[in-house]
Amino acid sequence: MHYTFDIEEGNFTNAGQASGNIKKTLKQLNVNPASIKRIVVALYEAEINAVAHAYGGKIDVDIDSDKITMVVADRGPGIPNIDLAMTEGYSTASKEVREMGFGAGMGLPNIKSNTDQLDIQTQLGVGTTITMTVFF
Amino acid sequence: MKIKEIADLLNGKIIGDINYETESDNAFASDLMSDVLRLTTPCAMLITGLCNMQTIRTAEMADIKVIILARGKIADEEMIEQASVNDIIIIETGYSLFKVSGILYNYGVQPIY
Repeated sequence: MHYTFDIEEGNFTNAGQASGNIKKTLKQLNVNPASIKRIVVALYEAEINAVAHAYGGKIDVDIDSDKITMVVADRGPGIPNIDLAMTEGYSTASKEVREMGFGAGMGLPNIKSNTDQLDIQTQLGVGTTITMTVFF
Repeated sequence: MKIKEIADLLNGKIIGDINYETESDNAFASDLMSDVLRLTTPCAMLITGLCNMQTIRTAEMADIKVIILARGKIADEEMIEQASVNDIIIIETGYSLFKVSGILYNYGVQPIY
């Protein structure tokens, strides 16, 4: 099954809609609750990252019998230093993002700990594509 | 502890059409949603002063069924609707985060860690 969602730059009200929809779908498919939680936490953090830091983008989700693959592709500005971005506590988030309860430098580390496979491709001025896989 | 008891202890207001028999025995207090999303132990209640749509979304993703909004924060209609769709109960109280946590701890609600 394939699902696609748009990410609107700076729209915090809608951030989490994709994760919420995927959660409902996985529940209907009787995926175990522990896996569902890992999946939606990772996807939700990625959604928040894209809304907070990027100029919008797209989410593609593929659900197979034993795994889910989630690709969050944004339209820039790209991550200058991935190692730094993966460090707990490091953040470039705006005041607005922090007021929403995020921006403490936990997003990417949270994504990493909740996925079985994580690939981050980024190019300055072009965008970042995060591919996350979780096995059920 | 039952929702009604919790609301009474906190002089709080229960929002929405809920099952008053719902029980909640542990809680986590934070205004930082990424810390809430890091929890690996099931958490029944989130005590927070953060009052926006992401509070509800975070509870939805983290399987938290009760949100206690401290410091007099009031949920807006959109938040209430989103909470209702996901069977999340909201309790509003004028007490501070520290006071809410202290009262509930004193009555046996367990911390996550």
